[in-house]
Amino acid sequence: MSDYISHDHERDGIDRRGFLQCMAWAGTGLLWTVSGGVLVSKTLAQIAKAGDSLPTATDLSFLQISDSHIGFSKEANKDVTETFKIALDRINALPTPPSFLIHTGDITQLSKPEEFDTFDQVLKSCRTKDVFYVPGEHDVLNDGGKLYRDRYLKSVEAKGSGWYSFNKNGVHFIGLVNVLDLQAGGLGQLGDEQLEWLEAEVKGLGSSTPIVVFAHIPLWAVYPQWGWGTSDSERALGYLKRFGSVTVLNGHIHQVLQKVEGNVTFHTAMSTAFPQPVPGTAPSPGPMKVPAEKLRSMLGLTSVQYKQGKTALAVVDSNLS
Amino acid sequence: MCAISFLNLSIVTLGSEMKETDITSTKQNKIEIKDFAFDPQTLTVKSGEKITWINRDEEPHTVVSVEKQFKKSTALDTDQEFTITADAPGTYTYFCSVHPKMTGTIVVEK
Repeated sequence: MSDYISHDHERDGIDRRGFLQCMAWAGTGLLWTVSGGVLVSKTLAQIAKAGDSLPTATDLSFLQISDSHIGFSKEANKDVTETFKIALDRINALPTPPSFLIHTGDITQLSKPEEFDTFDQVLKSCRTKDVFYVPGEHDVLNDGGKLYRDRYLKSVEAKGSGWYSFNKNGVHFIGLVNVLDLQAGGLGQLGDEQLEWLEAEVKGLGSSTPIVVFAHIPLWAVYPQWGWGTSDSERALGYLKRFGSVTVLNGHIHQVLQKVEGNVTFHTAMSTAFPQPVPGTAPSPGPMKVPAEKLRSMLGLTSVQYKQGKTALAVVDSNLS
Repeated sequence: MCAISFLNLSIVTLGSEMKETDITSTKQNKIEIKDFAFDPQTLTVKSGEKITWINRDEEPHTVVSVEKQFKKSTALDTDQEFTITADAPGTYTYFCSVHPKMTGTIVVEK
């Protein structure tokens, strides 16, 4: 890959061609930078070499973990608790500790109290104590999410079935629930009540406020045939259209995918438990079995950094290998 | 109206017209849940017969009546079953509330 830069509009050392070349490296440890609505990237190896592209004095950095599926013990990963621990070890080893974690759902495999217990117990080893959650469909299986809400929404002012917002360092975060009251034949769903709340919620915000939206199921049509999308996400995104920087973080599909649409960057994270197939490459989206030595390269976490006064949020995916 | 009644470990009667049936003498109709689909997708049974779903996926699934005409299953893990007894004749659509793209139909004949 050539390091030659032909067009450096953002003066960030990365051009469009460089970005496209780096697309091939998705999921292998990348710096993703959102700048003026354009997603740019460098491999972590390149950054380490150049030493100049990582935000040096970030105002805010946080980590996204997703799909830990505690309780799963099938062939695709017989010890998901162990790989979750490894992810936390990686977080603990970061030179600059993140301000907080975001967990984008599927904490457990079967919503069992003992699975939630194991997750909570293992999480204690994490030095970063603040964690913000949204539920996955696996967390709300038999009780409409009551157990989940009782445990994981204590530090936020949640509304309805568990949606909420908070501010950190000038960034406005919105946690949405799209795994409840799903309709036969449909996709993920936010529902009228939550959408009305969202519309009112962002009304008073200045358009230059950076927005981070997080939810379990992708808020864009990744692959509706497998249910990988949210039926009323367009309406939600309509309320966010006027904002200069919107970053959407999702889980659910156990692989890194991203898309840029106007000022909105969509990003899905790897799981800490098991990979799922690339859309359309398998009969179903069930857990993907890979050789043991390859598994950790397909699990991972996502780091996000924000520097006040810039529209850019840097999104870095790194695997557990 | 509970047109189809629910059986899980013990017989639970939901409809007032439901009669307890002898399990051994009743025909078993199986629906396999595999690769995020119900197989067969449409099953025709006689009133009084049992219908059993078995989950062959590594992913949990549920069986939920679209019109809430029979009690929904809990989340079925791999190889777990859920059984109901067909009652009033009619067509019943159902889906997996975890993966709502998955839908199926039960036709109950007299």
